[in-house]
Amino acid sequence: MNMKSKYVLRFTRLNRILHVLMIISFLILSLTGMSLKFSYTGWAKVLSHIFGGFESAGYLHRIAAVIMIIVFVTHLVDLVRLKRKEFGTWKALMLGTNSMIFNKKDLQDFIGSLKWFIGKGPRPEYGRWTYWEKFDYFAVFWGMLIIGSTGLTLWFPEFFTIFFPGWILNVTTIIHSDEALLATGFIFTVHFFNTHLRPEKFPIDIVIFSGRVYLEEFKLDRPDEYKKLVESGELEKYFVEQYPPVVLRAMKIFGWAALISGFSIVIWIIYAMIFVYR
Amino acid sequence: MNDLMKTSHIDLKIILTLLLLPLLTSASLFAQENGDCLMCHDDRDLKGKVNGRTRSLFISSNTFNSSVHADLECTDCHEDIDGDDLPHREVFNIVECGNCHDDVMELYKDCLHGKAKAKGDPLAPICQDCHGKHDILPVADPYSAVEPMKIPFLCGKCHREGTRVQLQRNIPQDRILENYSQSIHGEGLLSKGLIVSATCVSCHSAHRILPHTDPRSTISRKNIASTCAVCHAEIESVHRKIIRGELWEKQEHIIPACVDCHQPHEIRSAFYDYGMADRDCLECHENQNLVTTEDGRSLFINYNELKSSKHNTIACSQCHSEVNVSKLRPCETIVSKIDCSSCHARVGEDYSKSTHGMLAARLDENAPTCKECHGTHNTMGRLDPNSLTFAINIPTLCAKCHREGELAAIRNEGSEIDIIQHYTESIHGKGLLKSGLTVTATCTNCHTAHREMPGKNPESSIHPTNISSTCGNCHYGIQEQFVRSIHSPSVSDTDKELPVCNGCHTAHTIRRADTEGFKLEIMNQCGRCHEEIAKTYFDTYHGKVSQLGYTKTAKCYDCHGAHNILPTINPDSKLSRQNVVETCRTCHPSANRQFAGYLTHATHHDPDKYPFLFWAFWGMTGLLVFTFFISWVHTLLWLPRSFEWRKKLKAIHTAEDEINSDLTDGNNVNESSEQGES
Repeated sequence: MNMKSKYVLRFTRLNRILHVLMIISFLILSLTGMSLKFSYTGWAKVLSHIFGGFESAGYLHRIAAVIMIIVFVTHLVDLVRLKRKEFGTWKALMLGTNSMIFNKKDLQDFIGSLKWFIGKGPRPEYGRWTYWEKFDYFAVFWGMLIIGSTGLTLWFPEFFTIFFPGWILNVTTIIHSDEALLATGFIFTVHFFNTHLRPEKFPIDIVIFSGRVYLEEFKLDRPDEYKKLVESGELEKYFVEQYPPVVLRAMKIFGWAALISGFSIVIWIIYAMIFVYR
Repeated sequence: MNDLMKTSHIDLKIILTLLLLPLLTSASLFAQENGDCLMCHDDRDLKGKVNGRTRSLFISSNTFNSSVHADLECTDCHEDIDGDDLPHREVFNIVECGNCHDDVMELYKDCLHGKAKAKGDPLAPICQDCHGKHDILPVADPYSAVEPMKIPFLCGKCHREGTRVQLQRNIPQDRILENYSQSIHGEGLLSKGLIVSATCVSCHSAHRILPHTDPRSTISRKNIASTCAVCHAEIESVHRKIIRGELWEKQEHIIPACVDCHQPHEIRSAFYDYGMADRDCLECHENQNLVTTEDGRSLFINYNELKSSKHNTIACSQCHSEVNVSKLRPCETIVSKIDCSSCHARVGEDYSKSTHGMLAARLDENAPTCKECHGTHNTMGRLDPNSLTFAINIPTLCAKCHREGELAAIRNEGSEIDIIQHYTESIHGKGLLKSGLTVTATCTNCHTAHREMPGKNPESSIHPTNISSTCGNCHYGIQEQFVRSIHSPSVSDTDKELPVCNGCHTAHTIRRADTEGFKLEIMNQCGRCHEEIAKTYFDTYHGKVSQLGYTKTAKCYDCHGAHNILPTINPDSKLSRQNVVETCRTCHPSANRQFAGYLTHATHHDPDKYPFLFWAFWGMTGLLVFTFFISWVHTLLWLPRSFEWRKKLKAIHTAEDEINSDLTDGNNVNESSEQGES
C-alpha cells in the first residue's frame, strides 16, 4: 500500500484509449487534409505520394474520420453511462465539482492565473479540470461538430445538393478547411505547450497514456482536487500502481511520435503560409 | 502542211476552171444574172425570214466581187432557185460546195466532222462554218477565215473549254487551245508570227480530221512521225538521243512516237538541246578517274545510279542544257548551274519564296539548294524508301543543318530550340521513327517541303492564321471542331491573341494528349490567357488535386471541352444549362441540377460576386486570429512562472525516480490491475 500510494489515477482506461485513437485519427486527418489544402507546396506533393496518391489519401482521410466519429459517439455514450451511474440527472453531471462545464471557479482561476503570471498573486489552486483544459475539451467538441458536418457534405456532395444549392459546397469547403487549420494549429501549438512544452512538463507528459500521476506532483499541481479528495476520504480509491518502465517507454515513444508529427505539420503550415502563400 | 498545200492546189484548179467557164458559155443561158440578185440583196436593209427568224439578207456586192467566187453566177451555187420568178421563193437549200469541190467533199464525208453531220449532229461544222459564204478568200489572203494565223481561233470556236462541243462531245484532250497557244508551235505562230509554224490543220489535216485511233489518221501512232516530218524533215538525223534513225518508222511499237515525249498541244518550254545523247557524255564521264582541273573533284558519273533514279528517262543534256553538240567537248559551253525549275517550275517558284530560297538568292553559302536535299544524279521520288526525302529520312535530312550546333540552328533566332531532339521525342517523331508510320507528320508536313518560311510571314504554313489548317491536313476532324469554337477567329472577334494548335500542343514537343504530363500542363496553357480563372480553379478540390500531380480529377478540358469549346450561352456547349449536369455526371454519376451549381471557379476574395464565400472566409479567419491571439498571449504570459514551477517539480521527480529505482532493484513490482476506475 505504501508503494501504491505514490500514484493517483487521473484518466480512466476508456478515456485513455479514446485519446490514443483520437491522436491517431487526428494526425492522419491533418496529414492527408493538409497535403490537399497546401497542394501548391513541395511537401504536400511528397506527403500525398507517401500516402499513395490523392485517392488513397482521401480514403485514409475518410477512414480516420470514421474512427474519430466513433471516438466522439463513444464519449457521448460514456457520458450517458456516467450520468446514469453516478449523477442521475444531467443537471447534476453538469453542475458537479468535476464537471467539464465552465463555472465560477474557472473564472476566478483564470483571473488568478493572469495575476500569478504577472507576479500579482499566488498560483491558483486548480481543481480536477483547469479552465484551459475545459477550453480544449470544448474546442474539440465544437471542432468535431463543425469539421465533421462540413466534411460529410464534401464526402457526399451529390446527396447534400438534393437539399442545398451547389454553392453550399464552396462554403463548407472554406469552413472545413479553415476550421481544420484552427484545430491543427491549436492542438499542435497551444495544447502541446499547455501539456508538454511548458517548462515544468518539458519535454513530454505521458499522463494521458499512463493515466497515473505521482502523488506529490498531484498535490502540487491540483491542490484543490487533492484537498477535496482528502476531505471526502476518496483519495485512497484513486491510488494505483505505476506501469513497468518498458510500458512507460513505449508510451513515451508513441508520445514523441505524435509530438514530432504535430510539430512537423505546424512547421510545414508556417512555411507554406509565409513562403509560398498564394 | 502537205494536206494544206494539196487543198490549196485543188482550190486553184477549181478557180481556173470557173474562170474559163464564162468564156465557154453564153450569158443568155442564165435566167437571172448577178445584177438581178444584187439589185435586191445589195441593200443593207434587206431583211427576211430564215427558219422563222428575221435576218439580214444583205450581200455586199463589193465583198462578193472580191471573193474567190466573184466570177460565178449566184445561181451556180444556188441552183434550186435558178429560173424562179423574182422575188424568188423564200425557202431554198443550203449550197452544196461538193458540187464543184467534189474531191474535198469526199475527204470531208470521211472525216469526224462529216460523219457527225451525216448523223445529223447539230454541232457538226459544215463548209460554210469554216470558210464563210459570199466572202470566201484564198487561204494565202491575210483576210481569209482559214489563213494560218486564224486557224487556232477558228478551230477554237468549238474546241476550247466551255463550248458545247467540248462539254457534250467525246473530245479526249482538254485545254486544247490554251495548251497550244503556250506550246512551241503556238508561240511560233502567235507571238512570233511564223505562219509556217504548225497550226491545227498542219497535224490534223483540214478536211479529213480522223481520230488518232484510226490508222489512216495523220495523227495515228503509225503516221505521226511522217506528219511531224513534213516540217521536221531532218529530225531523224539530229534527234539521236531518242532514235538512231532507222528504227523509228520501221518499228513504231518499239521506238517511241513523237507524241510520247512531245505531248500533243502541251507546254514545252523545257528545251531539248540539239541532239546530245547520254553516251556522248559518258565517253568521258564513265571514266572513274575523271577529275576537274580546278580542284580535283571527281567528275565520274555512275550511269547506273542515274538510270535507277527518278530521272531515269531524262537525258543528261536536258538538265545540263548548255551543252553544244557541235563542240568536240560539248560541255565546254556550260557556264551556269543546273536549274531544276526549268521543269519543276512550280516548285522553283515556291522555293524562291522560302527562307532557303531567299538565302540562296542572297548567295549565302549555307543556303540549301535542290541538290542538298534531293541529291544530284541519284535523286529519287519521296515515296522511295532509299530517297533522302522519304518520310522517315526527312528528320535526319533537316537535322543536317537544324540539329543543335549545326549551321541553321546557330542562325535560328526563334524561340524553338533543340528542334530535332524535341521532334524525335514528340508523338510525331515517335510515330515516324519508332512506329515507322510514314503518314506521321515530319518536318515538311508542317513547314512544307519547298515553301518553308518563318512563322511571322503571313504566307507561312505555320503563321498563326494558317496553323489550324496546316494541322488540319491530317487532323481534319479536330480542325472542323476548332474553327467553330470560341477560340476561332471566325467566331470570336477580338484584339487579343487567340490560341492556335501549337499554343497548347507546342510545336516540336507535341505529346499524346492522354499522357499525365500533357494533362497537367494544359492548365497552365489555359492559364496563360485565363489567368484569374485558372487561379480560382486551383482554389477548388479539382485544382488542388491537379496541383498535387494527379490527373484523375476535372481539368479545364474535362468540363469545357478541348477543341470544341463554346460559350456557355450556346446550347451545344458542354456547360450550357442543358448539358452541364450531364457534364458533371461524367465523373459524378448521381449529380443533380443543384450539384451543378457548385462554383468551380469561385473565389472568396470577391464580396460582390460571392458574398457567402467572402464572409465565410473572413469569419473563419477572424475566428482563427482571435483564438490564436488569446491562446498564444496566455501561453507567453505563463512562460516565466512555468520556469519557476519547473524547479519545484524537479525536486519531486527526483524523489519519484529514486523510489522507482529502489522498487526495481527490490524486484517488488506488483502487476496489479488498476482500481477505482469510474
